[in-house]
Amino acid sequence: MNKFNSVKWNHYLNYIVVAAVTVIFAILSLTGFIDSSDKYLLEKIAIAITLAVSLSMVVGFLGELSLGHAGFMCIGAYLGGKTAVILEPMLGEWPALIVSLLVGGAVAAIFGMIIGLPALRLRGDYLAIVTLAFGEIVRSIFMNSSKESFGGSLGLDTPRFNKDILFVVAFIMVLATLAVTQNLIRSKHGRAITAIRDNEIAARATGIDVTKYKLLVFTVSSFFAGIAGVLYSYSNFTVQSTKFSYNYSIEILVMVVLGGMGNINGAIIAAALITFLDVELQTILTGNLAVLQDLIYALILIVLVIYNNAPALKNFREKYNLKAFIRKFKPHNPSKHKDDEAKWDRVPTKIKMDEILSVDFQANSPYTPDKPEKEGK
Amino acid sequence: MSKVVLKTENLGISFGGLKAVQNLNIEIKERQLYGLVGPNGAGKTTVFNMITGVYKPTTGRFWLDGEDLTGKGQETINHKGIARTFQNIRLFNNMTVIRNVMVGLHNQPEFKCGVFTSIFRLPKHFKTERAMRDRAKEILDIVGLLDERNNLSCNLPYGKQRKLEIARALATNPKLLCLDEPAAGMNPHETEDLMKIVRRIRDEYNITILLIEHDMKFVSGLCDEITVLNFGTSLVQGPPEVALSDPEVIKAYIGG
Amino acid sequence: MEFIETLINGLSIGSTYAMIALGYTMVYGIAKMLNFAHGDVIMVGGYIIYVGLTVSGNPIISFLAAVLSCIILGITIEKVAYRPLRGASPLAVLITAIGVSYLLQSSAQMIFGSAPKMVTIADLGSISFSGLTIPVYVLVTLACSVVIMTALTLFVKYTRTGRAMIAVSEDKGAAQLMGINVNRIIMITFAIGSGLAAFAGLFMLMKSPSLSNTLGAMPGIKAFTAAVIGGIGSIPGAMLGGILMGVVEAISLKIPVIAPYTDAIEFLILIIILLVKPTGILGKKRREKV
Repeated sequence: MNKFNSVKWNHYLNYIVVAAVTVIFAILSLTGFIDSSDKYLLEKIAIAITLAVSLSMVVGFLGELSLGHAGFMCIGAYLGGKTAVILEPMLGEWPALIVSLLVGGAVAAIFGMIIGLPALRLRGDYLAIVTLAFGEIVRSIFMNSSKESFGGSLGLDTPRFNKDILFVVAFIMVLATLAVTQNLIRSKHGRAITAIRDNEIAARATGIDVTKYKLLVFTVSSFFAGIAGVLYSYSNFTVQSTKFSYNYSIEILVMVVLGGMGNINGAIIAAALITFLDVELQTILTGNLAVLQDLIYALILIVLVIYNNAPALKNFREKYNLKAFIRKFKPHNPSKHKDDEAKWDRVPTKIKMDEILSVDFQANSPYTPDKPEKEGK
Repeated sequence: MSKVVLKTENLGISFGGLKAVQNLNIEIKERQLYGLVGPNGAGKTTVFNMITGVYKPTTGRFWLDGEDLTGKGQETINHKGIARTFQNIRLFNNMTVIRNVMVGLHNQPEFKCGVFTSIFRLPKHFKTERAMRDRAKEILDIVGLLDERNNLSCNLPYGKQRKLEIARALATNPKLLCLDEPAAGMNPHETEDLMKIVRRIRDEYNITILLIEHDMKFVSGLCDEITVLNFGTSLVQGPPEVALSDPEVIKAYIGG
Repeated sequence: MEFIETLINGLSIGSTYAMIALGYTMVYGIAKMLNFAHGDVIMVGGYIIYVGLTVSGNPIISFLAAVLSCIILGITIEKVAYRPLRGASPLAVLITAIGVSYLLQSSAQMIFGSAPKMVTIADLGSISFSGLTIPVYVLVTLACSVVIMTALTLFVKYTRTGRAMIAVSEDKGAAQLMGINVNRIIMITFAIGSGLAAFAGLFMLMKSPSLSNTLGAMPGIKAFTAAVIGGIGSIPGAMLGGILMGVVEAISLKIPVIAPYTDAIEFLILIIILLVKPTGILGKKRREKV
């Protein structure tokens, strides 16, 4: 009984939900209840979730901003797609799919490690712009590739896969991403990663190998971005480099931010919701109205970030938030907290982007004279 | 004669033209409580930053247990056995108290656990986590924070945050523990308590301690030997009651 | 001869970049944030010029209207989106800036549609000079940039407001204690940056008349690159970096083999510079106090 209680159910909730959704839709698909456009939507949702969860590792847990996630996906899509093109006639459908997923992921991971190197020296805005530049370079290389290699500006045609099964494969990849990300974060290594986010200097002084962990996070995160890319190539039958512009990276970032930075479940929900709305609204909003959606996302993004971060709204936030609302009905009892009760879902307090540039300026110090800086806390 | 834990020789650093610290020669013996005092801007924290690898010294060298650590990185120096606390508290604010200490335990050989072990959730992962938690509790008990272990570190009062920094540094199993103004902002009662903790760390865990402090009562009540710094150079070295009554030191503090 | 023409062309592209880079660098230096939406202010300026030309037909009036609107836009963005976040995490500020950029782009598309608009400001022709053929707009761009940059440098060095800007960029807290209204200085910085963005919009439309809602996106990023190369926060650095970028771009576009990779080359330069010398050519390094 005791053992049963100590299992942290909330840690496994998202696996269970994702797995259940997959099974339900697989059954619906077998019984013919959902059509091919629904399956396509499911594939897109799975890809978006993979991307959002993997990016959330970098942004939410390591606390570095990457605007090059689409670049890693691009590498995965092209290289995985090309592998599939070459291998499919030789090995058949399934082996080709598995090998290309691994190849796409692995190559993206290698590039992730390479792009993690600047992260050791740069942070904040500078790192964001380097990752953005990286994404654009990758895209430009594939766009100008020869017709025989990667199809150049016409794009690369990739093999088709049984649509009844592809979305199931995609969701299995979501589960893999979730398992790796969450197991990593909820371990001593995850603790080291969040320690770097919270205070890099203290982490170093405590003996945390910052280099190793930054590279690790970038590698793992881009591995799954690469996997998402391979799935994308299978889902669309064709890979166009225009898809992977930095706007797409920003779209993924929007999902992570809307989900609440560092909140994996939030990222999953946001990714699914945004992708779903994208597809559903495409039929309703046509012509110039189509951008109405982008406009609303932009507004939501701005409002949400200001609401969650504005120093002036701090008291307001603490008084009126969902948690406080729930607590009204369920009194908070600190003694009931278990030792390992996760507090992973907290937004990073500060990213020390100024470390290289200017550092005497403290990111959290208020300037308004009516609010003197409090000593200590 | 007990052996020397930390030895510096002509240690110095300059920023641009400013010589922040120069020609510092100190020898800290095993199980000693060594104090570094001096007026504001004397270069005390800079000394800490040099021996913990935040700054690379421009002149001189230093040794820990006879091993030259000059110019090594912060992580390496920590692994070799120097841990520190910060004057302006640097805790991992979004973590609970116990987690802060567990980060400190990260590199201990008995808690070794590879990345893949954790990702695939092998039994060793669970065993390590449990062992780390138990050890962290022991360490928190030393500084008297065991009851606070599940609170977020940013919600602790100031004095307890300082103690938590000590616990985190202690978790890295250092030979030399450097405390940067551990009693700053504490009331007399808390200071008293802290003195007991510091002594206990030295006596029970055989850790040598180097500390910076402004509170002279704290220094003279605790330290075996002190170095008084002024304008980056060492004025006097010796037992606190001798060193603090030196006319040079009085002049440096009072001016004139 | 052709090389000199390319070089002059590069200078003109470069001075446009420099114009944008100045906006980035000043805002970065003073507000310590990357104003991701800066490129899109250029785009808004372009559309105001377009509307002005359609309504009045007078290029000068429409340009002045563009400058004015950009300044107002810049101040509004700062006040509504960035000011509430002053003191919050830089990551939050950057994401908000990205949101503003998105908002401006999609609003422009809502209003003007996604098809590019053709904006012919005035055909200035070109002049020939001992074998060199240089379009007049290139000369206009160059002359304007030189005047603006000199004026800006003098402004920062010799006026009270300019010196207050330097003070704020050095240390906000100390500047405030010295009686400087930090909010006002940041507002002025945004106003100047956005005004310059309108100039950049004009230059870009003179060069190629096609106007769409992503007009400022790519040049914005390249100009930020230029600002970083020159050393962010440094006004001469922004000019230097901008002109360097422009010349590289012009030369690269002239060589057929590497022409398609021009963007990639410019970004590669950025990555290399950031890795080798993150403070840029003229930037200063500061340390964190431990």
